[in-house]
Amino acid sequence: MADSDSPAESRRAIFRHRLATRLWHWTNVLAVVVMIGSGLMISNAHPHLYWGQFGANFDPAWLDPPRFPGWITIPTDYNLAMARRWHLTFALLFAFALLVFMLVSLINGHVRRDLRIRAGEVAPSHLWADIKAHLRLRFHDPDKPDAYNILQKLSYVAVIFVLLPLLVFTGLALSPAMDAAWPWLLDVFGGRQSARSIHFIACWLLIGFIIVHLALVLLAGPVNEIRSMITGRWKVPHR
Amino acid sequence: MSRKTDTIRPTPLTRLTRRAVIGGIAGSALAGCDAFQESEAGRAILFSGEKAHMALQRTIMDRNALAREFTEAEMSPVFRANGTRDPDTPSYNAFAAQDFAGWTVPITGLVDRPMTLTLAEIRNMPARTQITRHDCVEGWSAIGKWHGPQLSLLLKAAGLKTNARYAVFRCADLYNGTAYYESIDLIDAFHPQTILAWAMNDALLPVANGAPLRLRVERQLGYKHAKYVQGIEIVESLAPIGGGKGGYWEDRTGYEWYAGI
Repeated sequence: MADSDSPAESRRAIFRHRLATRLWHWTNVLAVVVMIGSGLMISNAHPHLYWGQFGANFDPAWLDPPRFPGWITIPTDYNLAMARRWHLTFALLFAFALLVFMLVSLINGHVRRDLRIRAGEVAPSHLWADIKAHLRLRFHDPDKPDAYNILQKLSYVAVIFVLLPLLVFTGLALSPAMDAAWPWLLDVFGGRQSARSIHFIACWLLIGFIIVHLALVLLAGPVNEIRSMITGRWKVPHR
Repeated sequence: MSRKTDTIRPTPLTRLTRRAVIGGIAGSALAGCDAFQESEAGRAILFSGEKAHMALQRTIMDRNALAREFTEAEMSPVFRANGTRDPDTPSYNAFAAQDFAGWTVPITGLVDRPMTLTLAEIRNMPARTQITRHDCVEGWSAIGKWHGPQLSLLLKAAGLKTNARYAVFRCADLYNGTAYYESIDLIDAFHPQTILAWAMNDALLPVANGAPLRLRVERQLGYKHAKYVQGIEIVESLAPIGGGKGGYWEDRTGYEWYAGI
């Protein structure tokens, strides 16, 4: 499972990640890190979450998130104004990079070739087989090593096409001007405070994805995996 | 946070080390963020987002697009008052003791007919009633009912000069000895829902919410909704106002002047 880069083992290298994918991945890493750090600081300004159109101190909160410590927030010391500057500026990078990546991936075939989920793949027997393969730390089909397995496809599709857009649109619903421009935002999410709660939940789902993603990169061979996301070239594992 | 105790209990030292390592990595990355925002270039980049958002929003949005108006059943049971809850200055207290009978609002600056409106005159103007959501920059929202004349009525009465760009609101409450001030541009000043409210939730505006007059600028965050308004000044540039950013919090902490985001 660890990388063995000894020259005696001639592992086949294949081109795995397109330039657009690599560029977006690292842009998104930067944007997401800033969004999470500054978002946790913004949460500290009013650490109470509500459902519905309104919600303030006298209204029942469904969750009182903890106060997030300075080592995980941007900026380090409590500063709502600067946290908002970080969050709102990087929100533009986050949202437009995602939009461009989606469009490019539709055009260059990344979605069709690599992410499209076929009916047979979501059959319970196939899903179960893939779960068992994951538990044995086998992540690649020996016949098609460059193809994503179904758990990978499901999680990537869920994150790229559901979770990240959900963060963008719930974020837009927090803007009083956007609520006037696009009133349907309030109808879709059931009010600004519901949108704020969903924004927070989606953030934690994304953090969950990041933890699992990093854990699997470590298990699959971090040098090979990270190099493939930088240069595009990936060495096919032996088994 | 509860932590499961395993059979192998980490010694305090390893726990400290692990925390130190994680904290160290995160801390140095975040220290980089702190350094970035202190640098002139970094600050310029971080502050550019506001203008980009404003340009994008103004592009996709009808300038008269209305903030959602709610029904009485959808109102907050308790409307949280924020910021100054009572200016408590000798002059304000003197006005309050007489139910604000002597309160006036001078309209000055780049107007054809500088004028001073009395509270009674403002209360006699045709008024708009709207049940809208108030969004604080901190994240909470409250829905209340507001009643008062559209700001556009006052501005049309005074007549704006052609170089007028912004309306600046002078307030009676002090923050660290400075009278609160805020400003909006003419798109928001002439928006149909921008009113000078003198009633809230079917009663005269309470002191905690800005008696006797507060601005409602419904497509922006709460700190733009100046309370205790005692003067409107029409200007061409915000540079000479306070610290030059157009509002008390904008100058003092770096909140966005365009608070539609």
